[in-house]
Amino acid sequence: MKTIYLDNNATTQVDPAVFEAMKPYFTELYGNPSSMHRFGGQVGVKLKEARASVANLLGCSPEEIIFTSCGSESDNTAIRSALSARPERRHIITTAVEHPAILSLCKYLEKKDGYEVTYLGTDERGRLDIEEYKAALRPDTAIVSIMWANNETGNIHPIEEMAKIAKEHDVFFHTDAVQAVGKVDIDLSRVPVDMLSLSGHKLHAPKGVGALFVRKRLPFRPFLIGGHQERSRRAGTENTTGIIALGKACELAREHMAEENTEVKRLRDKLEKGLLESIPDTKLNGDPEHRLPNTSNISFGYVEGEAILLMIDQVGIAASSGSACTSGSLEPSHVLRAMGVPFTFAHGSIRFSLSRFNTEEEIDFVIETLPPIIENLRKLSPFSAEKQAPACTKSFSE
Amino acid sequence: MWEYTDKVKDHFLNPRNVGTLEDADGVGEVGSLACGDALTLYIKVDEDGKISDAKFQTFGCASAIASSSALTEMLIGKTVEEAEKITNKDIAEYLGGLPREKMHCSVMGQEALEQAIKNMRGEAPSKMEHSHEGELICECFGVFDEEILHAIKENDLKTVEDVTNFTKAGGGCGKCIPDLERLLAEAHGEGVCPTPSSKPAFPAQGMTNIQRMHLIESVIDNDVRPKLQADGGNIELVDIDRDAVVVRFLGMCSGCPSSQATLKNLVETALRAKVDPALTVREG
Repeated sequence: MKTIYLDNNATTQVDPAVFEAMKPYFTELYGNPSSMHRFGGQVGVKLKEARASVANLLGCSPEEIIFTSCGSESDNTAIRSALSARPERRHIITTAVEHPAILSLCKYLEKKDGYEVTYLGTDERGRLDIEEYKAALRPDTAIVSIMWANNETGNIHPIEEMAKIAKEHDVFFHTDAVQAVGKVDIDLSRVPVDMLSLSGHKLHAPKGVGALFVRKRLPFRPFLIGGHQERSRRAGTENTTGIIALGKACELAREHMAEENTEVKRLRDKLEKGLLESIPDTKLNGDPEHRLPNTSNISFGYVEGEAILLMIDQVGIAASSGSACTSGSLEPSHVLRAMGVPFTFAHGSIRFSLSRFNTEEEIDFVIETLPPIIENLRKLSPFSAEKQAPACTKSFSE
Repeated sequence: MWEYTDKVKDHFLNPRNVGTLEDADGVGEVGSLACGDALTLYIKVDEDGKISDAKFQTFGCASAIASSSALTEMLIGKTVEEAEKITNKDIAEYLGGLPREKMHCSVMGQEALEQAIKNMRGEAPSKMEHSHEGELICECFGVFDEEILHAIKENDLKTVEDVTNFTKAGGGCGKCIPDLERLLAEAHGEGVCPTPSSKPAFPAQGMTNIQRMHLIESVIDNDVRPKLQADGGNIELVDIDRDAVVVRFLGMCSGCPSSQATLKNLVETALRAKVDPALTVREG
């Protein structure tokens, strides 16, 4: 059975061209880029090219890129570095809808190190309030960390405006752009963020490689201490194959950016429209306008997400759910709860995230296959729209 | 992805006895949309006191649907007295086991069965949310103390995590975790002793200076140092001058930007709680 992969915000297929680019560096060109000999030196040259490619995609200079092992390491490095650079500042601002790489770290810093953290809320569409953000900034705010795009809903936050405001208050600004890089145009020569995290496996490079942009002259404290790799900003022998792959993936992302925003978006919109129109009691979660072109988060009322996922898995469709039962926790997605999505819909949310490898036929198959699956699950359920008090959906707009 | 047995998968993909019984003799309703799973169980009992039919409607994950389906299969043909003996463990065993985190699905089945039988006997009104007596412990999932105590005893639960897996209590905001610890202690016969009226206002009250110093040393050795060592740091006691305790940080704690927070939030808090609330701690 062929898999229709609609879970690209979890991870992506390695682009065949990326795989080809990295292959020789496993078997033939395996030198250590830090070595003095030519055998290692030629790998060093490839790393330089990869760094330039990442910088090129972000609109920054290669010296501002530090290679890491993943987005989480980049996020942790950014926040810990900012806190170390200004130890007298004891306040952090982030949002209630961040990835656990930020949220869990902030909760740890609160509990273990006594930092104060402000978690900005969202409205029912997952949008942040600039006035709330401005009011949260304090003289002792060490860092603001706000994701560029949300992994569950795809919402794109007003990072340029928020970074400018942070700059006016002399506060470091970090953005977790793991979901945004390669899908939206990012130009760091124009957007004054101080640090930005990205992850290779979200843009068709393999897992285990990431990068952190650190703006020139920003005070920086390394997270991993050891050798002099990455100009002493991140110790450890480089994941050369991963970095070379990331460089190639960034090059391809630039080439495919227009396609992401036209063809991928068109398929996403077709899928969304098809499901919302053919299945009653469904809702779109997130901001319909300012959203990643590949992401659609839909709630199917009165059925539970894990049950939907396992049913569609039977016919070869792979997606994700914000339902509690898939995550091992008991509460549904913190993102949907922060948005005030009522339980009626929060438990039955499914995230479809596309890539340039999806086809029209696949989308047609999903649109055709999903309605009877939801209908069957609803037949099992003791709940339905008719049986629910109107209060359950009152707070949910549109 | 959860590892489900073939039997769980089968009952999830091909659930038996789905639907309602218009002429049911007993109906049990448990759970809610807010909780993420809910089950309505219908039973029909014949003249011989045997369950002749059982049907269900479930909102929930694969385990919840499979547990409900399994329960109905187990019920049909049994007498009410035999059915009453079915526990959540029996439901899980029938399915070849459930992931531990999903055991609450089997508990939901058992609770629905209890409610249906009560309803059949006229002990609770039909088609009504089962009413609880006792104390509401987990506000997030609406779990009462009696359910928790029952689950602890029935399944010999030992930890808060176990209680959460079996009842969902504690799986939300976590505010009820101290209550769950209390109920675990109660259920295992470790109830809290009545507070003696002569209990000192704080641990070091009435101690000699030497005893008090030894207590401070002991708190630093046993409560504070292991936590700092876990992060590559350490601490040494420099001096005690009446209510002022002077310490020195070592290892990774020395020069750590967070040392002042550690001093106040860890060292001073522990000493105030375990020795004397008047103590202050500073670096020397």
